[in-house]
Amino acid sequence: MELNQLTAHELLEKLKAQQTTPEAILDSLYARIQKIEPQVKAYVRGQACLPSTSSQADLPSVGDRHACPLRGLPITIKDNICTEGLPTECCSKILQGFRPPYDATVIDKLKKSGAVIFPLKANMDEFAFGSSTENSYFGPTRNPWNLDYVPGGSSGGSAAAVASDEAIWALGSDTGGSIRQPASFCGVVGLKPTYGRVSRFGLIAFASSLDQIGPITKDVQDAAILTGLISGYDPGDSTSVNQDVPDYTKSLTGDIKNLKIGIPKEYFIAGMDEEVKTIIQEAVNKLKDLGALANSVSLPHTEYAVPVYYIIATAEASSNLARFDGVQYGYRASSDNLIQMYKLTRAQGFGQEAKRRIILGTFVLSHGYYDAYYLRALKVRTLIKQDFDKVFGEFDCIVAPTSPTSAFKIGERAQDPLSMYLSDIYTISANLAGIPAISIPCGFTKKGLPVGLQIMAKPFNEAMLFRVAHTFEQNTDWHKFKTKL
Amino acid sequence: MKYQTVIGLEVHLQLNTKTKAFCGCSTDFGKAPNSNVCPVCLGFPGSLPVYNRQALNSAIKLALAFNCQIQEHTKFDRKNYFYPDLPKNYQISQFDLPLSRNGYLDIYTQNLPKRIGITRVHLEEDAGKLIHETGCSLVDFNRTGIPLLEIVSEPDLNSPSEAFDYLNSLKSIIEYLDVSDCDMEKGSLRCDANISLRLLGAKELGVKTELKNMNSFKGVKDALTFEVERQTQLLETNQELVQETRLWDVEKAVTVVMRTKEGAKDYRYFPDPDLTVFIIEESMIAQIKAQLPELPQEKMRRFVKEYGLTEYDAKILVSSKNDAQFAENCIQNYPGEDKKEIVNWLIGPLLSEANLRKVKLHALNLNTNELISLIGFVQRQEISYLCAKNVLSQLIDTGKTTQDLIQEGNLQQISNADALSEVIETVIHENAKSVSDFKAGKTNALMYLVGQVMKKSSGKANPKVVGDLVRRRLS
Repeated sequence: MELNQLTAHELLEKLKAQQTTPEAILDSLYARIQKIEPQVKAYVRGQACLPSTSSQADLPSVGDRHACPLRGLPITIKDNICTEGLPTECCSKILQGFRPPYDATVIDKLKKSGAVIFPLKANMDEFAFGSSTENSYFGPTRNPWNLDYVPGGSSGGSAAAVASDEAIWALGSDTGGSIRQPASFCGVVGLKPTYGRVSRFGLIAFASSLDQIGPITKDVQDAAILTGLISGYDPGDSTSVNQDVPDYTKSLTGDIKNLKIGIPKEYFIAGMDEEVKTIIQEAVNKLKDLGALANSVSLPHTEYAVPVYYIIATAEASSNLARFDGVQYGYRASSDNLIQMYKLTRAQGFGQEAKRRIILGTFVLSHGYYDAYYLRALKVRTLIKQDFDKVFGEFDCIVAPTSPTSAFKIGERAQDPLSMYLSDIYTISANLAGIPAISIPCGFTKKGLPVGLQIMAKPFNEAMLFRVAHTFEQNTDWHKFKTKL
Repeated sequence: MKYQTVIGLEVHLQLNTKTKAFCGCSTDFGKAPNSNVCPVCLGFPGSLPVYNRQALNSAIKLALAFNCQIQEHTKFDRKNYFYPDLPKNYQISQFDLPLSRNGYLDIYTQNLPKRIGITRVHLEEDAGKLIHETGCSLVDFNRTGIPLLEIVSEPDLNSPSEAFDYLNSLKSIIEYLDVSDCDMEKGSLRCDANISLRLLGAKELGVKTELKNMNSFKGVKDALTFEVERQTQLLETNQELVQETRLWDVEKAVTVVMRTKEGAKDYRYFPDPDLTVFIIEESMIAQIKAQLPELPQEKMRRFVKEYGLTEYDAKILVSSKNDAQFAENCIQNYPGEDKKEIVNWLIGPLLSEANLRKVKLHALNLNTNELISLIGFVQRQEISYLCAKNVLSQLIDTGKTTQDLIQEGNLQQISNADALSEVIETVIHENAKSVSDFKAGKTNALMYLVGQVMKKSSGKANPKVVGDLVRRRLS
């Protein structure tokens, strides 16, 4: 096995034992990228930005390496998380050339833990608007399992990079499934933490009340390590919660005996891929075999999740994206008239999906529609949250599919936004309710495309997710499969 | 008067907190453009706002002083509109759950008390400043994010001078609370006015005009006065009034149309998801209440009660916090029974000196003991009142003692008849006409003659003694 194929915890063991160096790990990644990146396109702004050898990389000094938990291990970052001095453009033309003068809190934490921020940023749907990474200004990323298929989105670049061993591990962001759905499509592990668990400072906002940064990794142990490192209260983010961060690796006990698992009946409906349904049912059976007690539960307001989400998320996005006006940074269309400059900059700078969501969000906040749409959506959001509260009163976790289908073909849904929106039907509720949810590999379709199993728990109980996910993983082989690239 | 004037004022007040409302940047005025800025107040992507507790504290303090109800759950909303001085293209403000509402302010107008309703007081962030130069416009973001209070009055003001009195009362309270420097020229206090006229007794409000661009309280009064006349004329000649925003042109002393209402603006307010609901607990309110200083109205009532001042005198002394403190210090140290004696000096000669020097009473830096000493000299008739006023002026300018100034100037009052007789003779000799007038029964002539003696003695003569001597000499 090449170094780049290993998990982070395996590499950390090697680094600790001085069997390898961060330089060697970076070199193996560079070699892999040289070889397969032209096909996968997980990263953006090309290999021109990539150093020819690792010596040019910003590595922590040898002394520091051993003092820090990550010992110079590289990590791949989604293009919407601010990295000081490194381009951060949300894969949008409108942020062209933007190099933040600050690090996101998560980046700061990772650097202090001894991580090397990988110099290339991961591809994504523009401003995280999408479920396929086709909406990137830089063009689509391809699914490493089958290059004709999408990797999911919006963190498709991060997921594809991890799945194809172009990254050891990565950070993504999840507003309605943007970590879990691509993790599911690419056969890797992806966690959306509890809202408030991880600081959003430096994450370029899509929908502030829903966004969370989270890990995309090769196995559950890596996810537990990374979540622990990026979590915690940040005085710079008023919505982050001041609650202790447990050592998540301690929850990897391998024991789920007598855990009560709820299977939401509303998630197994018409439109769901039969093959996926079977794979999920087998996974549930596996959990039962391992000692869990599974029962059907009801989340009655599930059917409203998608419409509620597209009202709240677009409303917030329409306001969050107002600042991209060409005045201070990023792309600016030239005009001698201010209003015209605004109009041209935004007309030329935003892609089609961004425009669609800005218009939708502007509409639902407009006078006369606010009560009918936005306010009503907030009320239904509360009902959806109460559905979960009720189930978690009795159950330790909820197990469901991550997505109703496996990866779809590039271009297949690009012209049909509604069908694209429905690919997040199982992931959106966790964002609306603010609860943590993880997606782990649980099988492959006959075409050889991965399928993800989603586990959800009550707020701040990420430990439960790691415990169940790890137990399942250790008793299956799905995470061990590698792409043919 | 056929019409009733209806005025409501909207005051924007910059709080004097050390740092901005949602970031740690300094609020210092007058710094180089774009030096008090950071990613948060510049609205850089990924940056997030965090409450300034001090700003909330000041806001609550002021709302309590205006007798407002404090909202238990307050939240911030985004007011969305595009403008280059607004880096996020939305302003963090408060919409449906303002920090406080339903307050009032008791003012004195034409010497009568009047209660003016305060609709709401809410906290928001200030915008930047556009600087227009030939060929280009520049933006200075130093002001961006400075905490701003919006204080909206009910349309309870019925004349430009009432509006003026309201603003002065407001300013006085703010000064007492020390939450803002209230400087209209620096823009730390801004005022817009809504004004309409209606037939006396009518229930419905008339068509209103919004007035902007006034940069002094007097400007507000002048703009409103102009507007009352303009609107009256239109109504009298049966012309249509249109709802519009007008700008005050201080040079030409007229208001000019800025924009006519083209339908209400849609700011698409919604709760700012970056800031959580802020809960103002009873204990916090109680704590702030306990720290509130004595406010002008209370102080005035106390001065009347404790020192036997008239309401009129007390009102003058309490309008400024520092002046009130200075005055109270003088009154307390004054050994005489009748405090009116020193108060007359304060609101008489002292206030004139202050006005002459364009400063506040307290800023004259007058030593209280020297003032009291000076009053003593006058009461013992050792110097004349006229001389004393000169000494006061020198006390302020030189910082010497009263004793020294009187000695140096040889100002001891002359009450001795022998010492005065020569001057009196000269005056009688030189003013034959006044003498004959007096003899013909015109008592005013005596005053004139006494005045001439005072003048010739450089104010040192005792006017009472001079009066007696002149009368005796001529009778």
